Amino acid sequence: MKLTLHIWRQKSREDKGGFVTYRLDDSSPHMSFLEMLDVLNQQLIEQGKDPVAFEHDCREGICGACGLVINGYPHGPQEGTTTCQLHMRHFKDGQEITIEPWRSKAFPVIKDLVVDRSAYDRLMQKGGYISVRTGSGADANAIPIPKEKAELAMDAAECIGCGACVAACPNGAAMLFVSAKVSHLGLLPQGQPERDARAIQMVKKMQAEGFGACTNYRECEAVCPKNISINFIARLNRDFLKAALFCGSEKGGKRSK
Amino acid sequence: MKLDAKIPAGPLTGKWESYLDHIALVSPANKRKRKIIVVGTGLAGASAAATLGELGYKVLAFCYQDSARRAHSIAAQGGINAAKNYQNDGDSVWRLFYDTIKGGDFRAREANVYRLAEISNQIIDQCVAQGVPFAREYGGVLANRSFGGAQVSRTFYARGQTGQQLLLGAYSALTRQVALGQVEMYPKTEMLELVLVDGRARGIVTRNLETGKIESHAADAVILASGGYGNVYYLSTNAKGCNTTAIWRAYKKGAGFANPSFVQIHPTCIPKTGDYQSKLTLMSESLRNDGRIWVPKKKNDKRPANDIPEAERDYYLERLYPSFGNLVPRDVASRAAKRMCDEGHGVGMTGLGVYLDFDDAIDRLGEQTVRERYGNLFEMYERITGEDPYQVPMRIYPAIHYVMGGLWVDYNLMSTIDGLFVLGEANFSDHGANRLGASALMQGLADGYFVIPYTLGQYLAGVAGDEIDTRHAAFTQAEKEVIEYQGKLLGIGGKQTVDTFHRRLGEILWNNCGMSREEKGLSEAIDKIKALRDEFWSALRIPGDGGQLNQELEKAGRVADFFELAELLARDALARRESCGGHFREEFKTPEGEALRDDENFRHAAVWEYNGEDKEPIRNIEPLEFENVELTQRSYK
Repeated sequence: MKLTLHIWRQKSREDKGGFVTYRLDDSSPHMSFLEMLDVLNQQLIEQGKDPVAFEHDCREGICGACGLVINGYPHGPQEGTTTCQLHMRHFKDGQEITIEPWRSKAFPVIKDLVVDRSAYDRLMQKGGYISVRTGSGADANAIPIPKEKAELAMDAAECIGCGACVAACPNGAAMLFVSAKVSHLGLLPQGQPERDARAIQMVKKMQAEGFGACTNYRECEAVCPKNISINFIARLNRDFLKAALFCGSEKGGKRSK
Repeated sequence: MKLDAKIPAGPLTGKWESYLDHIALVSPANKRKRKIIVVGTGLAGASAAATLGELGYKVLAFCYQDSARRAHSIAAQGGINAAKNYQNDGDSVWRLFYDTIKGGDFRAREANVYRLAEISNQIIDQCVAQGVPFAREYGGVLANRSFGGAQVSRTFYARGQTGQQLLLGAYSALTRQVALGQVEMYPKTEMLELVLVDGRARGIVTRNLETGKIESHAADAVILASGGYGNVYYLSTNAKGCNTTAIWRAYKKGAGFANPSFVQIHPTCIPKTGDYQSKLTLMSESLRNDGRIWVPKKKNDKRPANDIPEAERDYYLERLYPSFGNLVPRDVASRAAKRMCDEGHGVGMTGLGVYLDFDDAIDRLGEQTVRERYGNLFEMYERITGEDPYQVPMRIYPAIHYVMGGLWVDYNLMSTIDGLFVLGEANFSDHGANRLGASALMQGLADGYFVIPYTLGQYLAGVAGDEIDTRHAAFTQAEKEVIEYQGKLLGIGGKQTVDTFHRRLGEILWNNCGMSREEKGLSEAIDKIKALRDEFWSALRIPGDGGQLNQELEKAGRVADFFELAELLARDALARRESCGGHFREEFKTPEGEALRDDENFRHAAVWEYNGEDKEPIRNIEPLEFENVELTQRSYK
């Protein structure tokens, strides 16, 4: 396959960056998209040029490290697929391909196609867990959980934290990511004690990190490599609203702001 | 090198309990003053860092990924074993212990393995409490499946993503401690050197992968949970970043390296398609429950699979192992596939592949049932190969998957360096010469949640609480060496890329030190590795400098260490003149071609001791005593 690639090159966080065009004459339809970039990088290094930096690790669609905007689509044209599992047979010989990093205020570019997603870790620090000390769990079968609920929790828990939802959202919202975590834990009995606080704190933190708000474009769901449903966003909204209205009321305390 | 396993006295079944009753404790006031370094945030590292943080220690945790959540434990598919006996099918701690010892071909330590089996149940309780969404039955209780040929159903699972869910559980516990200020997290940071002060592990030197900054960190103890080194073969099911650097640096500072040649090759992976191939993808072992493996009887048969009539197919596993058939253990299935391909029966573009056929299963069970059982795996296969396994048989080939070898540790998980602990795949302790399916996750979490919090306390209670900081001469010296070494790599000024060398190194190892090994090939491999290593140090090109994000520099540092490890791996395989588990020497096999152990001469762990640059390392041994199980020959005929 012969390809023309327009790739975003940016030396550092401060650099303005821009597209550079490369021709690649010897890629194969059996290659993965990242292997195609490997071939390009080998050529660049042999020519004494700086290779294109991009993030990747497991290359089997589960670690969430990779993520490129390919011809305008986060993770490219194939549905339910991470960039590393996308193969070149989905492209045509002679095709022009534009490759960009995630573009979002909350994910600044570090170099070329690598962005800083540490905001996701900071979001998780605001309650994306169940507070239980090692060794203090009861017998695993002590609390039965209906199969349908466990399955639904698993649907949400499949999120790989890649950030494609943010990259696809015109508002740069992290609602799909946050809703997946809030729903996963909120659907399980173990997650109930901190459910209200979790919804409120994670939503607040989302705003503080510079993520936008959800206005139902549904772009996130369309690009999610794990097909996480926006129904979870509705669930997050309900949890947040309920918590904001009633949080602390049992103790006769003040409503949360 | 002194190898004292420090196994507690008393009967096997009471060792751990009695150990816990008698260990020294560290008071809360003193825990606050103690700093612990944890390298790696997979199952072992994340669970250790979280638990030690909860206990009140000050923890510094490091990972090379941009987030702790991306460590490669995340890719484990199948499940996690525990002796809960929820199925009431006769499982017990003893049975899990025995299966693990036997599966490891009697090359693991009884006391460690028994403790692992005991702890397995606590792990499941812990994970459920954290919100891990394990599979459940309609009544709401936890579901189990059988795995890896076990006679009981003891595997807990979360769809095909058990590793992901367990890691996200450990990551969430870690995150909570980060939020509380107990753990200081250093993502995108790679350990490049271990620092010893007066013979004790007191810190590490790291490189920030974004800024290139070289920094020192001091502590009261260092824990390495940096995973396995399967990537020494270049192509493996490991993540691209998995490396040996942390444990290799420790080895060169005096930590014994045990059984480096014990490598697991998984039989069901998607075959490679060309030279550009960057990694191999595992297809879950569960596929062998219903799929039938075959090759064409005729050599070099290029006809499409569906055009080959039934009479011209060789279902070789069913033919060679009539009682186990397609369900023989991983090492046996892998070797048989290689043999078929070497004899010219291989299929696919490269001839390195065998068919895994679901035609009979679809006839017997219906396509719908096959879809329910394996749908997500079939989809993954189609995504990668572009072929529909409902229509044409899958092509599979064995691939490097896991390493049983690693740094030697005693019962406390401490290496031969005082104050240096090693957890998870990075140590050698529990799987002997072959690991059973669904046992890696069990070991990682056992080490991190339930072993190290106790054994580390016991250690710290016995050493002086002197503070040390990074201005100490040992740190400035180590930093200087790291910077010089990096300068040497960057200054080679050749023309070839790191990947070119890594690929060639992998080929040498795969061909001579892979599924089958023999004296001549191993000796040649050692020479070839040395020659290629010299070429690496004279012809490598790394663009850019060390003061920025430089992925080629990262890779070069890791590959430089792989070169040294590769030589040790071949040496270990050469010295072990027997076949056991994943280590198969052509010279030592039964008349039927199966692995032939030599318990008289090799019932031990081989522990290698670094002896200086370009000097032959020393092979020490830890004899393995089996007081509770009888050593038998594994047979699957």
